[in-house]
Amino acid sequence: MLAYAARRLMLLPISLFLVALVTFVVLRLTGNPVDIFLDVTSTPEQVAALTEKLHLDEPIPIQFLIFLRDLAQGDFGVSLQFNEPALSTVFQRLGGTLQLAGTGLLIAIVVGVILGLVCAVWRDRFADLAISSVAVAGQSMPSFWLGILLIQLFALKLGWLPTSGAGGWRHMILPAVTLATFLLPNIILITRASVLEMSGEQFVIAARAKGLSRLRVLLTHVLPVSLNPLLSFLGIQIGTLMGGSIITETIFAWPGVGRLMLTSISNRDVPVVEAGVLVIAVGIVLTNLAVDLLQMLIDPRIRRH
Amino acid sequence: MADDIATSHPSRVVALAEAATDARALLSVRDLTVEFQTGQGRFEAVHRVGFDVAKGQVLGVVGESGSGKSVTALALMRLLPDHAARISGGRIVFDGSDIVPMREAEMCRIRGRRIGMIFQDPTTSLNPIFTIGHQLREGLRVHLGLGRAAANRRAEELLNLVRLPSARAALDKYPHELSGGMRQRVMIAMALACEPQLLIADEPTTALDVTTQAQILELLRDLQQQMGMAIMLITHDLGVVAEFADAVQVMYAGRIVERAPVSRLFANPAHPYTQGLLYSMPALEEEDPPVLPAIPGMVASPFAMPMGCPFHPRCALASDVCRAAVPPLNPIAHAHSAACWHVDAMMAA
Repeated sequence: MLAYAARRLMLLPISLFLVALVTFVVLRLTGNPVDIFLDVTSTPEQVAALTEKLHLDEPIPIQFLIFLRDLAQGDFGVSLQFNEPALSTVFQRLGGTLQLAGTGLLIAIVVGVILGLVCAVWRDRFADLAISSVAVAGQSMPSFWLGILLIQLFALKLGWLPTSGAGGWRHMILPAVTLATFLLPNIILITRASVLEMSGEQFVIAARAKGLSRLRVLLTHVLPVSLNPLLSFLGIQIGTLMGGSIITETIFAWPGVGRLMLTSISNRDVPVVEAGVLVIAVGIVLTNLAVDLLQMLIDPRIRRH
Repeated sequence: MADDIATSHPSRVVALAEAATDARALLSVRDLTVEFQTGQGRFEAVHRVGFDVAKGQVLGVVGESGSGKSVTALALMRLLPDHAARISGGRIVFDGSDIVPMREAEMCRIRGRRIGMIFQDPTTSLNPIFTIGHQLREGLRVHLGLGRAAANRRAEELLNLVRLPSARAALDKYPHELSGGMRQRVMIAMALACEPQLLIADEPTTALDVTTQAQILELLRDLQQQMGMAIMLITHDLGVVAEFADAVQVMYAGRIVERAPVSRLFANPAHPYTQGLLYSMPALEEEDPPVLPAIPGMVASPFAMPMGCPFHPRCALASDVCRAAVPPLNPIAHAHSAACWHVDAMMAA
């Protein structure tokens, strides 16, 4: 299993190279950053100096090579907005994002798995019909809209929670719940389907025949086997979670990578965008590796290779 | 007049007496009816079935797929799929108490402890993500309250008991690392973990290859003699029954159609269906067996159960009475009963 993890980590640079290539090309397709950072009164000398500093006077392939060389040294250049190294700008905000995304993911998994189990156990009864239909409706509800509604109710009307910004745990509740709703409906529905499917397996009846109680069989036999489809889903959806972070952080003015990315894109802060995209890409690759390793840990049949 | 009926139809009196459960029997089933509710409608998969299993007895239950034999077994364990099936009538008296009205918590103390069960397919009957040892220890810890170390020792003993090679190493193996025959040995070890009084074996050899089948049957027979438990052996293979069972009952379309001691059933089958089953068995001594006679037609669909005897559409002897009324299971000789209107003609032939 460790050897497998090591092999997968060796593929990481290839993923990162591809991400770097795409980021590089897309950013250069969207316009010249010099025009944004220098106002109309700037002299041609200033323009030339900045152009040279960003290596924008070189041919595109050379620019890419320079970009890769700097990348290898962890040097993304200096943020045009903050005038500090782009990578450290991103790292400063990474903690906030991990905190928010981690809490949101935890809420989504815990609540989603419990509700999914409830649906499966009371299949076609009231609880199942109620939860499933809310989940299906939730799949089609834009989460940013929910976020705004939550702010209106809990922050403005009731005044229980702060509207935005970061501080104590009370600041965390609304954004984390909003972010959780990006994944929650699917987690409920996948858990429900997976648990129902596994409940029909022969080994479930065999476990009951040993004299284990219904609840014990559900929690110790059915649930663990049902987790793998859920983990696959989470691995695929980690990108959705990142996208959700950008939206949520923006709505709640949460100081994280997501909001930083959004402002950096509108300000054409190329170094920060490049650093941010690569950090997110590393995060996604590592998350998927973690998902694969977890699945191997759960199901020994996947370990054979 | 009453005397008259009793003498001319001794069977009726016995049939009435039979409705009471047998206190000496380990398992005494009376009028067991299991009803299924499906999208296509309601039907009875098992209809008023009654039988006894004595302590230490091996009862073979034979029938085609859909005859209700597996449903009967699941009903005895109270493991019918609860959204689709229910016991709609009858009694299942096990060791003196009726388990039909029992609460689930009480059932949990009977399952695996006093009644063990093994299944047709050992591959799907083991949870793929847990080791053999883990799955063996579960029952031991729940029923006997053994600690981890004690449960582990007992698990190893059990694997030795079912003659699994290198038992200790097997404890840490996963089901997919064992062969089909080895998995079935593990299932048997699990079912026998708490030394149950009754073992229900639902087609224990069907999913295995022929040599493995013989080994598993031999193992079951040895263990039965060693531990003295009763076995209800469900199979569609009369050969298995001939080798192993003391008594046999034949099921068709949710009813018992014939019951007899094994030697008697093979020598004097009374029901046309039993005869059909026996004639469609290949004889081992024949080098180049002729084309085997098959019973014509198909098992009656539970949704379109024929009027009268459920077997009559496939029966050469079918007459008007067969099409009109279901024949009762009547004694025709000592310990031998059959449900056929033409039993006398059959036996005379």
